[in-house]
Amino acid sequence: MPSLGADMEVGTILQWLVKPGDAVKRGDIVAVVDTEKATIEIEVFQSGVIDRIVVPEGEQVPVGTLIAVIRTDGEVAAPPAPVAVPTPPAPAAPPVAAPKPMEKPTVPAVSAAPPHRLRISPLAMRVAVDLKVDLSKVKGTGPDGAITKADVERAAKAAKEAPAVEALAAIAPAVAKAPPARPAAAIDHHVAMRRVIAASMARSKREIPHYYLATHVDMSRAMAWLQSENLKLPIANRALYSVLLLKSVALAVRDFPEMNGYWIDNSFRHSDAVHVGVAISLRKGGLIAPAIHDVDKKPLGEIMANLRDLVKRVRAETLRSSEIADATITVTSLGEQGVETVFGIIYPPQVALVGFGKIVERPWASNGMIGARPVMMATLAADHRASDGHRGGLFLAAIDRFLQEPEKL
Amino acid sequence: MGAGAGADKVRVLGKGALVNTAARAARITYREAMRQAIREALQRDPRVFLMGEDVGKYGGCFAVSKGLLDEFGPERIRDTPLSESAFVGAGIGAAMGGMRPIVEIMTVNFSLLALDQILNNAATILHMSGGQFNIPLVIRMTTGAGRQLAAQHSHSLEGWYAHIPGIKVLTPATIEDARGMLWTALEDPDPVLIFEHQTLYNMEGELPADAGPVDIERARVRRPGTDISLISYGGSLHKVMEAATQLAAAGINAEVIDLRVLRPLDTATIIDSVTRTHRAIIIDEGWRSGSISAEVSARIMEGAFYELDVPVARICSAEVPMPYAKHLEDAALPQVSAIVEAARSLTGSNG
Amino acid sequence: MTNDEIRALILRELRRIAPEIDADTIDPSVELREQADLDSMDILNWMIAIHEKTGVEIPEADYARMATLNDCVSYLSQRLK
Repeated sequence: MPSLGADMEVGTILQWLVKPGDAVKRGDIVAVVDTEKATIEIEVFQSGVIDRIVVPEGEQVPVGTLIAVIRTDGEVAAPPAPVAVPTPPAPAAPPVAAPKPMEKPTVPAVSAAPPHRLRISPLAMRVAVDLKVDLSKVKGTGPDGAITKADVERAAKAAKEAPAVEALAAIAPAVAKAPPARPAAAIDHHVAMRRVIAASMARSKREIPHYYLATHVDMSRAMAWLQSENLKLPIANRALYSVLLLKSVALAVRDFPEMNGYWIDNSFRHSDAVHVGVAISLRKGGLIAPAIHDVDKKPLGEIMANLRDLVKRVRAETLRSSEIADATITVTSLGEQGVETVFGIIYPPQVALVGFGKIVERPWASNGMIGARPVMMATLAADHRASDGHRGGLFLAAIDRFLQEPEKL
Repeated sequence: MGAGAGADKVRVLGKGALVNTAARAARITYREAMRQAIREALQRDPRVFLMGEDVGKYGGCFAVSKGLLDEFGPERIRDTPLSESAFVGAGIGAAMGGMRPIVEIMTVNFSLLALDQILNNAATILHMSGGQFNIPLVIRMTTGAGRQLAAQHSHSLEGWYAHIPGIKVLTPATIEDARGMLWTALEDPDPVLIFEHQTLYNMEGELPADAGPVDIERARVRRPGTDISLISYGGSLHKVMEAATQLAAAGINAEVIDLRVLRPLDTATIIDSVTRTHRAIIIDEGWRSGSISAEVSARIMEGAFYELDVPVARICSAEVPMPYAKHLEDAALPQVSAIVEAARSLTGSNG
Repeated sequence: MTNDEIRALILRELRRIAPEIDADTIDPSVELREQADLDSMDILNWMIAIHEKTGVEIPEADYARMATLNDCVSYLSQRLK
């Protein structure tokens, strides 16, 4: 199970798009995984042949768990068994064993000892073992309040829908097996996403010594140029000014390598590639910052196409793993609606976040003349472990410079 | 009286569920079906004869053998003294001697006078003779309540007989089984007891002209369902069918199992049904304690414990001598409303 | 197209972008992007959709003339004449 962001701990295989024997090449999408934040398409980074699938659809496993084996050229097919599945860190869940008739059933995990002997039907007990339902939390609706099969199934469904709450309560990770008939994302992303954002932003503020810089940028040239360009284009091809911002940041950061990369294990790791994470807010709340790859090398039109596609897929929840995990620097833009200044919180393990406020018309002195100009506040939140304020200031200035020559973007 | 109304209800049910409606089917009562079965046996096999109290001149206490004396003569339709032990014993002797006797006992209550013959002789001689003597005897008797015949004539003791190894116990509940079970029973080398519920004789239904012998081994699913298994036999079966119809209207899809044969029990059909529905009610007109319903419940426990989502329930007769007064008799017997209520409770649909 | 048809079209396309919008509570004289919490990408996608459905080419400079529902209806009805 790949890590699709530093804040991801577990993932659920929603769907396998390949089967054993299928040839795959680097970049192919092989599976759909539900993280607590979104539904992500998983790419492979190794060409070869799918040898076997280890984690079936519907199963939730911790990051790092072997989910499938890819055989590269020359390797012989592995024997089908035994399959090593790393167990979750502290599983309280019992071994799954469907009891045979006339055998004593395995008693499912009961996290808190119930005060009374459980009233549960034999069938419900068997189903509870299969679904690994914590019976202490199941309300019985059968005769005399006994737990029936329907009660267990209801509880299993509820447990699957609210794993975040379970985890928060420090209950052993419920490695709940989803009913195979329903592979669709059943996790409530809004609850889960809130928790994930909370964890990752708290970590950022706890670990990252942020420093903040801000500067005004005259947007008159950029906006005028964009308007004239858009005039030439059919509506479907028009670009938003966000694209200019993304490209400026990407070009500028090439000269400030200490802003582009990750802080991992007490040291900075620079990234040659510039993958710009774009903070995209969801309509019902929540935030995802997937990456547009190699923004510094792409023409504006392509970045715009990428951005449109990304926004669409964020909202449709079909992101790819590389888009979620790969951002080397993040841009947040509050757009025309918001306020003038945003001081962002760095998305760990990245080391910088560039923020743009809304464009407002302001008096602007230039060459001894005062005029009304569209002005935007550009800000930088950067990790002081990786860079210093002086370089941060130069970085912001470089972004400004690129925005003054939009035709060169 | 209650019997007429009951028969009407049964007839309606019989149309849809219980009777084969082949093209050349004829409408016929349970009593006539039984009579046809006896007549056919008498015609097909010269070793067959019928004997019992009032089976000849009177035509049978429940008029099953009416007309047979004229047709087959006193040698083969034999009135007997009022001595169950004597004529059942005579039947056993005749069977040992190579005949195929059909012995009619007026009601199950009176059969107890012949219990020594049935248990200590009929059921046991094959064993005690070291396998030398089979007893190919068929004993027919009326069982059950519902016609205000009170404690003298109304008990349901077939479950007792099902306790005895060495005999078979049949409870035909449909026209087809009334018509078809007798011949198969006569073919059996060992004693077979046929219990005819007194409320069924007037039940009408369609019987195909080519109806013939039926098996006496298997239970039947009379109504397939998914939510609960209602397991019954004999006279109660029709109350259960009515209950299943009412339950269906309430959205509960009940499966109805007609046991047909109480010994040997068709455990496989019972377990199969409960494995699908996960719930079971046994409806048995016998008294609860030590009843056939207890045996069925035990077998479900043994074979399908891990399929059970609720405890097995039983609806039996009140443990009293059967009252004469109509309302008391009704109160003592399993009724449709009780079956419906129990099924709703077990399926969690009672509120 | 009648003004009612235009209004229905605008709201339909708006709901594709912001499904939670209740058309009945939209104040036709208040800016849509405010009421519907639309960002620039939403606006662009909405304009593209309106263009595709009506054939009206909407220059970027005219976006300001489509701020409210009333504005949109009158702008489009004018352009459709």
